[in-house]
Amino acid sequence: MADEVLFDYLHMEMIHEFFNENYKKEGKSEESMTTLELLGFRVGQCVIERLTKDSPRFKDELDAMKFTCKDFWMSVYKKQIDNLRTNHQFLAFPCGLIRGALSNLGITSVVTAEVAIMPACKFQIQIQRV
Amino acid sequence: MAVCVAVIAKENYPLYIKTLPNENELKFHYTVHTSLDVIEERIHSVSKNTNDLRELYLGLLYPTEDYKVYGYVTNSRIKFIIVIESTNATIRDNEIRSMFRKLHNAYTDMVCNPFYTNGDIIEST
Repeated sequence: MADEVLFDYLHMEMIHEFFNENYKKEGKSEESMTTLELLGFRVGQCVIERLTKDSPRFKDELDAMKFTCKDFWMSVYKKQIDNLRTNHQFLAFPCGLIRGALSNLGITSVVTAEVAIMPACKFQIQIQRV
Repeated sequence: MAVCVAVIAKENYPLYIKTLPNENELKFHYTVHTSLDVIEERIHSVSKNTNDLRELYLGLLYPTEDYKVYGYVTNSRIKFIIVIESTNATIRDNEIRSMFRKLHNAYTDMVCNPFYTNGDIIEST
């Protein structure tokens, strides 16, 4: 029961730490977003590796996307994919999370987030084809 | 006992190849390299029996006169290859599967190690 709260607190503290006054003074506020996104990237890769260990192979990209949207998201946030936090800083980590998950499944992408109406949040995933 | 074990990355370069000490390493590097082609073929083949596609374990890739090569591909496109001697006829399919299972578990743990960057050569310190 307490599991979800632990991550929430950690997440909040991380954001607080990255965006506190020290960073702003040295002009590093953009770097903070990048750092958070990269953190999410790494975590996404690891979580995907653990989760896909036992599942059968994905036939194509669509399968991989479906897995990411359903199983992966459920296991991380314990919610369906359409309820989320809203705040650009908070969104950096989940964006990285999705990008990391997809990259480990073989899909290079760019993930951006938009907040249209509170409390909904849309992630836009652009897949780059080589 | 496996004679050679290899872990190949998504981009098809080797992350880890280890052979028994008194064997000719180069020969196994070559065997592993050629088995990559067989793996690619198996992954991409449009199989009539879709069950085959759903499994991570690929099974016997190809037998040579001295050795048998087994393959396993994860969902993150990491390939594991095990080469065993043909004379060792007592090895069963289940045992090979469990060997791959252990390899996969070890690989997953390694990826979660914060000191390991994805794509690095695997070495123990």
